[in-house]
Amino acid sequence: MTSSQGLSVPPPTTETQVIAPKTTVSGGYDWRFLLYRLRSSPLTVVGLLMIGIVLFLILFAPWIATHDPNGLNLKARLAAPSLAHWFGTDEVGRDLFSRVIYGGRQSVGVGFFVVFIAGSIGTVLGCLAGIIGGKFDSLMMRIMDVVLSVPSLVLTMALAAALGASLLNAMLAMAVVRIPFYVRLARGQALIIREMPYVKAARIFGASSWQILYWHVARNALPPLVVQATLDLGGAILMASALSFIGLGAQQPTAEWGAMVATGRNYILDQWWYSAFPGFAIFFTATGFNLLGDGVRDLLDPRQKGR
Amino acid sequence: MSFLNVIRKRLLFLILVVLGVSAITFAISHLIPGDPARLVAGDRASDEVVASIRTQMGLDRPLPEQYWNYLKGTVQGDLGISLRTNRPVADDLFAFFPATIELALVALSLAILMGVPLGVLSAVYRDRPIDHLVRTVSVTGISTPAFWLGLLLIMTFYGSLGWLPSGGRIDPNLAMPTRVSGLFLIDSLLAGDWRAFASTIQHLILPAFTLGFIHLGVVARQIRSAMLDELQQDYVRTSRASGLSRWRVILGHALPNALIPSVTVLGLALGDLLYGAVLTETVFAWPGMGAYVVNSIQSLDFPAVMGFAVVVSFAYVLVNLAVDIAYMLIDPRIRGVN
Repeated sequence: MTSSQGLSVPPPTTETQVIAPKTTVSGGYDWRFLLYRLRSSPLTVVGLLMIGIVLFLILFAPWIATHDPNGLNLKARLAAPSLAHWFGTDEVGRDLFSRVIYGGRQSVGVGFFVVFIAGSIGTVLGCLAGIIGGKFDSLMMRIMDVVLSVPSLVLTMALAAALGASLLNAMLAMAVVRIPFYVRLARGQALIIREMPYVKAARIFGASSWQILYWHVARNALPPLVVQATLDLGGAILMASALSFIGLGAQQPTAEWGAMVATGRNYILDQWWYSAFPGFAIFFTATGFNLLGDGVRDLLDPRQKGR
Repeated sequence: MSFLNVIRKRLLFLILVVLGVSAITFAISHLIPGDPARLVAGDRASDEVVASIRTQMGLDRPLPEQYWNYLKGTVQGDLGISLRTNRPVADDLFAFFPATIELALVALSLAILMGVPLGVLSAVYRDRPIDHLVRTVSVTGISTPAFWLGLLLIMTFYGSLGWLPSGGRIDPNLAMPTRVSGLFLIDSLLAGDWRAFASTIQHLILPAFTLGFIHLGVVARQIRSAMLDELQQDYVRTSRASGLSRWRVILGHALPNALIPSVTVLGLALGDLLYGAVLTETVFAWPGMGAYVVNSIQSLDFPAVMGFAVVVSFAYVLVNLAVDIAYMLIDPRIRGVN
């Protein structure tokens, strides 16, 4: 299997071109070239702008929020949106605008955390499977196949429920379920890269598997993994908010978008703003990341252009 | 590899999946902090009662034996007793399954009915405004939290306009149609009960649209991508050159070919719909498996949650197998050469 895969691999130059359209002499990726390509992809720019807005609001939340996100004001319970409370207030008079801004720290943070953990663990496991091969590889891939055959939301729910309802447990469950995607991708890359002449040369010169993993495979396998991670972020944010919505993620009184929509559901017919604004925040953020993910995939893989 | 070999291999994998999923759920149920016997017995039960329940549940046996018993039960359709409803989990799931299937099928039909034309238009008018519009709608669909869209629809069509009901499967004042298939649309037609049929449709519109809209983007994208491939083929140009009208070529020649690779994606979408229904059912109080499992999670009813995971995973793999077989039957290239 290995040798046939090795033979079918295109020459190195083609491969690197597919992964990254152009590299500089020093071997780094030419980001100016990417920026140039961005101009032909307006939806990607829109996605970038949306993410920029979200990250700006989240990072500068203390300066942007108009109220203390946890400050009670029972006199202004369930107030409609007004100049004093842009998004209205909730059932204990907390300012919803401030809670949405601060809630982004939870919801978006979870997305980054989950993708980072799953990506790191999955990359290491996948590269190892690709390099070591043999029984380790077969066993690893069969385990991943089984995990992948379980619908991810179901497995995440079961894991999160077993661990107990908290944001941390939900994040762990989501990360575990996402690992197989990265294992598969990294293994595929490792299988290609390990047949490259320079890796074979390194092996002949006595480099250990770990050295090859670190110096050659992991570094070169990174671009497609970054694309996968970008594509994954929107989904991770959506799933985190879904878990919170059904009560498995963030718990009261933490400001978190999914949990806010869930509480607002009790007031849906009279106080529309309670669920509408936090839900819109999820939608806006996920759209931004999905647009960016699509764009990045197009940019780095010209074959997929416009798909 | 011949057709039969592929199927044989997939069936073997199915067994592996059952083993794997049951191992995962078994491991998860042993991860649960706290003592399941104590959970069943209640907080006030004496230690003797808890111990006897532990023996009764087989929790004092060695782990491999417990797993073997669990696996045996699972294969025989025994998924344990729900702590919340005190009924066998398998019976509960069987009772709620048709509602989920009905919702998923109607939602998938909606997604296909809207997604295929959008995908075709998008491919034909590539890089024109309509293409950008369709692609935006696709991304929007994928990025919309189902539970939020559902709430917005309830707010509008139930709260403000009062046109449609906010939840449930049928008007509670009407008698439920006698269960034949479990799908109210079919059962009410069989019974000739037009009022029940109309009420079912009314109750289906909002949840099916919610679930369908989320998957609309997936369908439209796939069709667009496959159509772009087909429209570049020689036979398209030849047909045009021999005088067939543009849309005749697009709809009569390119679309059927583009549908073939899309079967896989549509099948996957059905699998996704089955469990994606979890959120939609919760919002619309739709009495299906999804709402059942969310209630089970909230009342720490682990046998029910694990039973749900096993059943849905199994259904998911079966749907995928069926799709792959259908794919091979439709496309002779895969049947023969591969």
